[in-house]
Formats: sequence, C-alpha cells, structure tokens
Amino acid sequence: MESQTLHFKARSGQKLADQRLQQNLKKLSTKFVTGRAAAIAALDGFEQIRDAAVNRRNVALKTLDVWLERFEAEAQRRGTTVLWAQTPQDAADLVVQIARHHGCKQAIKSKSMVSEEMGLNAALEAAAIQVTETDLGEYILQINGNEPPSHIIAPVVHKDKEEIADLFARTHHTARKTDIPEMTREAREVLRAKFLSADMGITGGNFVVAETGSVALVTNEGNEGMCTILPRVHVAVTGVEKVLPTLEDLAAVMRLLPRSATGQTISNYFSVLTGPRRPGDRDGPEHMYVVLLDGGRTSLVGGAFAEMLRCIRCGACMNHCPVYQKIGGHTYGWVYPGPMGSVLTPSYQGLESTQDLPQAATLCGQCEVVCPMKIPLPDLLRKMREQQLERGMRPGLERWALRIWSYAARHPWLYRPGARLASRLLRLLGGERGRVHHLAGASGWTSYRDLSTPSQATFKQQFAQRAKERSLA
Amino acid sequence: MKKRVGLFITCLADVMRPSIPMAAVELLEAAHFEVHAPMAQTCCGQPAYNSGDRRTILALAEKFLDEFEAFDYVVAPSGSCMGTIKTHYPDVLKDQPDLLRRFAALQPRLFELTDFLVRIAKLAEVPGRFEGDVTYHDSCSGLRELGIKQQPRQLLALVPGLSLSEMAQCEQCCGFGGTFAVKYGNISAAIADDKCASIKATQARAVVLGDLGCMLQIEGRLRRQGDNTTQVLHIAEVLTGKR
Repeated sequence: MESQTLHFKARSGQKLADQRLQQNLKKLSTKFVTGRAAAIAALDGFEQIRDAAVNRRNVALKTLDVWLERFEAEAQRRGTTVLWAQTPQDAADLVVQIARHHGCKQAIKSKSMVSEEMGLNAALEAAAIQVTETDLGEYILQINGNEPPSHIIAPVVHKDKEEIADLFARTHHTARKTDIPEMTREAREVLRAKFLSADMGITGGNFVVAETGSVALVTNEGNEGMCTILPRVHVAVTGVEKVLPTLEDLAAVMRLLPRSATGQTISNYFSVLTGPRRPGDRDGPEHMYVVLLDGGRTSLVGGAFAEMLRCIRCGACMNHCPVYQKIGGHTYGWVYPGPMGSVLTPSYQGLESTQDLPQAATLCGQCEVVCPMKIPLPDLLRKMREQQLERGMRPGLERWALRIWSYAARHPWLYRPGARLASRLLRLLGGERGRVHHLAGASGWTSYRDLSTPSQATFKQQFAQRAKERSLA
Repeated sequence: MKKRVGLFITCLADVMRPSIPMAAVELLEAAHFEVHAPMAQTCCGQPAYNSGDRRTILALAEKFLDEFEAFDYVVAPSGSCMGTIKTHYPDVLKDQPDLLRRFAALQPRLFELTDFLVRIAKLAEVPGRFEGDVTYHDSCSGLRELGIKQQPRQLLALVPGLSLSEMAQCEQCCGFGGTFAVKYGNISAAIADDKCASIKATQARAVVLGDLGCMLQIEGRLRRQGDNTTQVLHIAEVLTGKR
C-alpha cells in the first residue's frame, strides 16, 4: 500500500469537517470502549493474565529466530510450505508465484492487514488473478474503488449504513436496502458464487504456533472458514513477529485479543489450521502455504522500539485514542493507524515521510493503559520525536522556539524578567475581560480557542512582595 | 519544628494564573508547613522532553535537584509537571548515576498538591466555600502517571456548599497535550469540544481540575463557543475560595 502519511495535516482538516464521519466515529466509544471495559471487568485476574501474556510474548520475541525455525520445521513436517519474504513486494510476488504454480485464476480473501502492506490485491490483479474480499467490511471497501481500510479490526468503521446501502444498490444493481440482515444476505449471495468457484484462498495469520506448525485465525464472520476449506490452495500471509512458541502461549494471548478488540470473550470463529488435507480428511485445501513477511520487523529486534513487536493488533489503542476518535484511520495514511501505527509506520517506512505521526498525539497515556501487551506507546512516540529532532527533521521555527525557550529555562536571570514581561503584556492585552480572541504569533492557539490571560502580577513577584512585607512586620 | 515544603510553582501558573500557587501556599501554611518557593526555579522541562530534546530536560532535572533536594517535601499544584518530575526524571537521568542517586533519595518526597494534602497533610477542613454543583476533570498525567483520582474528590467533599456532579468520560483527554494544542490546533479543539459537551451536560457551575494546561484549553474553548458563565477553576482555588 502506498503511504499517504505526508498528507496528514491536510487530511485531518477534511476529516474534522466531515460531519458524517464525525458521527460514524462515535461508534468507537459507544461500541468498542464500552465493550472492552465490560469484558475486562468480567475477567478475574485481568492484570495477572496480562502480565503472563506479556511475558510469553517477550520470551517468543527474544529468540524469534529459534521459534521461527521451529515453526518452519513443524509446519513443513505437516505438509505446509513455509516461504520467507524480506519486503512486502517480495511477499506479494510469492503469492502470485504460488497462484501461477497451481494454475489458480480466482482467489478469495479473508481480512489481513499484512496483505494491505503488500498491496496484494493489486499484485494479483496485475497477474490476471481475480481476487475477492470476503470479510464484509473489506468487501464493502473493495467494491468502493479499492478504498483502504480505516481501522485494523473494523475496516469500514468510517462508513454508515446509509452509505453502504447506496453502494450496494449501485454495485449489485438491486433495490436499495437499509435493513442490516437483508444487506448482509445480499452480500452473502454475491460472495457465495465466489466462494464456490475460487481455487485459491488467502488469509492472514493472527498467530503462528511453533510447536505444531499451525496458523491461528480469529474472525467473526465465518468467511475465513470458507477461504481455508473450499479452495484447493490456502495461503496465509503474516508478519514474522506473530510466532508463539506453544499452544499454551496461544491460549494465553487469546484470552486478551478478542476482549481488547471487540469486548468479546471469544470471537465467533477461532481456527487453528495445521497442514493441508491429509488422506482420509473430509475437507481442507490440497496445498497450504505460509508466507512470513519481515517488512522491517526484524530491524526492531533489540532496538529502542522492540516492545512494539509484542503488538497483537487488537486495535484497543486506536479505539481509545482521542486523536484517532476525531480524525479516523485514513488520516494516518498507511495500513496501521492510531498510536500503534504512529510507531509502526515510521519504523517500517522511515521518518522522512512520516513527520506528523509521532507528533500528532496528546500523550494522554490512555493507549498504554488499554494495551493488552503493555506497550509503552507514549514513550515510544517520545523516542521517535527524539530521533526527528536529532536528525534535524522538525521545522525551523519549532526548533528555534525550543532553543530560545530552553536557553531561558536554564538561565533564571533571563527567565524571571521574561516571565514578568510576558505577564504584563498579557494583562494589557487581556484587559478586564481577562482573555484575548486573537494573538499574533499564537494563531495555532487563538484560531480555535480564546486565551485566558492573567489578572495579576506573576506568582514570583507576589510571593517576593509577601515575604518582604512579612519581614517588615 | 515545622516541616519545610519546597513549592514547585510551575512555569505556566507563575505567569498565567498566579492565584493557583498562591492558593497552594495558603493551603500548605494552613496545614502547618513552612512553604518556600525557590525564586530561581523555571520549568520542569516537559515541553523539551515531549519535543524530544533530552539535553534540555537533563539540564533542567539537575537544576531541579539543586533547588529542591534540601526540602522535606516538594509539592507542585500540577499533576502534569509532577508527573514529569516523579515518573520521567528517572528515564531522563538514566545515564547519570550520581544524579540518579540524588533523585532516588528525593523521589518519595515528591507530591502533587492534592495527593500531599490528603496523604501527608491529612487535611480535615478547608478555608474556602462554594455554593453549588461542580464537576471534576481528571487530567491525564496526574491520573495515569501519579494515580490522582480520589484525592481531589476527597478534598472537594470538604468544601462547604459544594456538591460534585460527575461528568461522562471524566477521564478522557481534553486535547491539550502541550505543544500538540498549537501544532494541531484543529484536532485539539475538536477533542476539547467533546469535553466541553460533557461538562455542560452536568449543568454544573464550574469545572474543577488540577492542571493549568487543561484549564487554559477547556476555558479557551468554552469561551470561544460563547459560554461565558461556566467557571473553570483549579482545585486549589476552590479549596481556598480565592482566585
């Protein structure tokens, strides 16, 4: 997927002005935030479970290579072919080659953010392989001109029923419906033919399990089952950091993933897929592949952002982020939005094209509070800001302002008269009302808010005066 | 002998709302502490830290230690500034073993104002009174970095005439975020609008909080929306009845 992160500022303005989007984004707090809170409250010993899961993830990531090799060996022992991709482009090429090798012409696909990184649909179509998204949200986006998802678990959260009703009527050439079960049925009918005629099924992989060589998939719609059982060939694409040593590790993180994501105790469907169909099996694909993408992930190992690798892609950080709640996922410009994306996108794509992402956060800390993997997202964003500053990537005006303020803060002989002067000026400007509506040089503030100004001399002046009076008394 | 409290004024309050540290002095003195406010103090360095400028905050952390380590306690009327000092200085000083040792000795004596008034001063009565309903906004840093949640509510319960009416999502960020409010003024204001709506829905006379940054943000947005009546007060101002 092409990164659009350079347009963050312009897009944020558009998204804030989009009343429909603003209304749609309210679903995040009513649905996901409330849902998670209830699910966590109902779970006994949440903190202990969380600590245990964090530990298990850390163990896996500490010796990532060992577990990946074990996964490869166990998967291959059970007939799965494991392929490695350095870049998203490499991964897309591998999937195309697999399709060609097996003579596949039609692919059905379950939701996968890694495939978004790879720009997989475009790559398949360029190779004349027809691909259909079968997750309802992803399907809606695909028929809407291949629009990118705006959320990692609720890709179409930015749209409402009415918009989708229009889209369905236009695309399916049917009467416009607004009853959700009827709309779902309509999509299901369109998709059924695709499920039955596909010769290749593509999924992501929420986790891969080293001890059994399995791919674990978490979904709510059942489409994933159709993608992995019906076609001759099943390809799972996922990131190398998603490996877990054992099934017990999988059980541990699975207690947290659906609860953190949608507030569910367990998702509607949870599949652990281990190898292709064996002789005597009633169903399953004839060939199973796992494509493991690095895509910048291993460059994080052992570095300042290593903790980010623990991420299990639940989306809780974005659901709870006040900034994401206002601007939605498309503003962030790449596959991963919200706080986790603001760390991942610069890590994978470089800081050059992602100026705004580490900066556009209030550092309120809510993302860290709700992250089931205890990823210190605010600290990571701060570290990223350090790198931006060190590499001279911040605007000149900002750097100068910081430099001047920093000098004054370190030199009280300059700071104190400066504070007195600022106080006097603001008192003059604010007058009796005690506020200003417009202040030259502070338009970042006064374009949107009044500035409350002081009514009295600085505290230091008052306190010094008080001390003098007391000593005279 | 009276214990000596070093008051960390906070740079914003010094200029923008001196009534806050003044009220803090009054409360601490009423609780029989000897209050000192070192005149050379400037800023905790949070703007530098959050901008990625570690060199500056390191210098300011050392300056803070020099000015404050001799006191029995150090108190700041701000969860945000005390959050920076108490929870982030260890990271700031991590490569400076000597400074880190000095800081470790001071750390248990560092307090946000309401935390200090409840846990150390054990305040049982307050000089202020307030007629009517107020609502309380939990500022992010105080809440999440220092665990300031019950303390202000306990103190507000001591104010004669005052009743607390909780707003929806009182723990949600107001959108200030330091330099974020200036760099992304539009997003910041949109976040503040939700906060303002929650405040107004309570029909309280005043919103009370513990951080000047959030106060400027909420007050600025309320006034810009044309609300000239909802008061925005620091808890120290409410407890003393003065601003």
